[in-house]
Amino acid sequence: MSLYRDEGVVLRTQKLGEADRIITVLTKRTGKVRGVAKGVRKTMSRFGARLEPFTHVDLQLHEGRSLDVITQVETLRPYGEALVADYPRYTAGTAMLETADRLTLGEKEPALRQFLLLVGGLRTLVEGEHEARLVLDAYFLRSLAVAGYAPALSECARCGAEAVRAFAIVAGGVVCGACRPPGAAVPAAETIALMIALLRGDWPMADASEPRHRTECSGLVAAYLQWHLEHGIRSLRHVEREPARGPEPPWTPAREPGRASPWDGTRGFGPESTPDSHIFRA
Amino acid sequence: MYEGVVQNLIDELGLLPGVGPKSAQRIAFHLLAADPADVKRLAHALLEVKERVRFCRVCGNVAAEEECRICRDQRRDPHVICVVEESKDVVAIEKTREFRGRYHVLGGAISPIDGVGPDDLRIRELMARLADGQVTELILATDPNLEGEATATYLARLVKPMGLKVTRLASGLPVGGDLEYADEVTLGRAFEGRRLLDV
Ligand SMILES: [Zn+2]
Ligand SMILES: [Zn+2]
Repeated sequence: MSLYRDEGVVLRTQKLGEADRIITVLTKRTGKVRGVAKGVRKTMSRFGARLEPFTHVDLQLHEGRSLDVITQVETLRPYGEALVADYPRYTAGTAMLETADRLTLGEKEPALRQFLLLVGGLRTLVEGEHEARLVLDAYFLRSLAVAGYAPALSECARCGAEAVRAFAIVAGGVVCGACRPPGAAVPAAETIALMIALLRGDWPMADASEPRHRTECSGLVAAYLQWHLEHGIRSLRHVEREPARGPEPPWTPAREPGRASPWDGTRGFGPESTPDSHIFRA
Repeated sequence: MYEGVVQNLIDELGLLPGVGPKSAQRIAFHLLAADPADVKRLAHALLEVKERVRFCRVCGNVAAEEECRICRDQRRDPHVICVVEESKDVVAIEKTREFRGRYHVLGGAISPIDGVGPDDLRIRELMARLADGQVTELILATDPNLEGEATATYLARLVKPMGLKVTRLASGLPVGGDLEYADEVTLGRAFEGRRLLDV
């Protein structure tokens, strides 16, 4: 039995008994952790809203026999607060959390890249500079890539030929005319280009894409993701696409001045590490 | 493991919320030792609640008749509807004596990760109640946690074109908790200090 400390993003919570919850957290160093938060549902709980989904927390746990017990928690970034104020963003964020949960199979198996990717994705979602569904699709493609399931997008998934015509989930991405299995989708070239842009983090190109290509891209990415995860992502059915945007963003971006998101760049899978905060004094 | 019927009872009790295997066993042996008349009364109460109690066809609250006590009460203000997640939230708010309007019980909160979307709640019924224009204020008293907030955001956006006043319980309610655990004073204060929602 020992204490350990880590930072992480709360993925989900489940009620336990009368007033407790089991909290699933994707942590930076330890990987996915499930811990009990005692008394968290009481309105006077010392945990408050810090253990709600989306919150980036610094937490201390006590190792238990079956489940660890959360003993202390501090908020690093309350992403949920901004997300609940915007329904399409909230639903996109929920699908991110569920996917992160599903792609990190084992508990306490370090998954640093998935953690960084999730934090980067949530931050980008909260900043509100790109359409929520685009951010979600970028997250899906990249988290699949981190898990080793990146779809082939430039060359035929089967033979490596350059002239590609169709997208076949079972083949693992785009396929050439010769390798094309029956029933493969034939998306627009712009849709494949959008998927490449999202996977690479080429936001200028992704932002300039047309609504019909975005819709087609979302359909392909969702089908590809669900195929690899075997069971569907439940929240995906509830993700709302925001109406086409005018020049003004529909909400105020909660962006920190002077802190560029790595998602703005052409590459980068996540944020720089969060500054160590000295919150556990004695 | 115990003999058939005793183990059955323990298993059934263990399915109740908040009852672990240890407590189930303790309750089962308490019942075994109890006076037969007491146990019969408990069994009767269990059967009766399933037979007689239903959900109000107007607001979704638990009711002994077609409509609940509050919906039948002509003195309740028909211009204000307070939206809550569960019937037990109605009880919590009634205790504050701050609210004289009507209720609408959604039957939960939007929780995409659990597969619960807007269509799984009594939102269509709420929209039907608002259609005649009699209601002027909608108070969103969903739980002060993430799912409750998201549900409030969804509803506020949905009813926006109807042009009614939409408020959210505010000050003093600590976020993250369940509404049913708020004390009367805090909940009463939250009613007075409800804020206008603008989405
Ligand atoms: Zn080929
Ligand atoms: Zn009623």
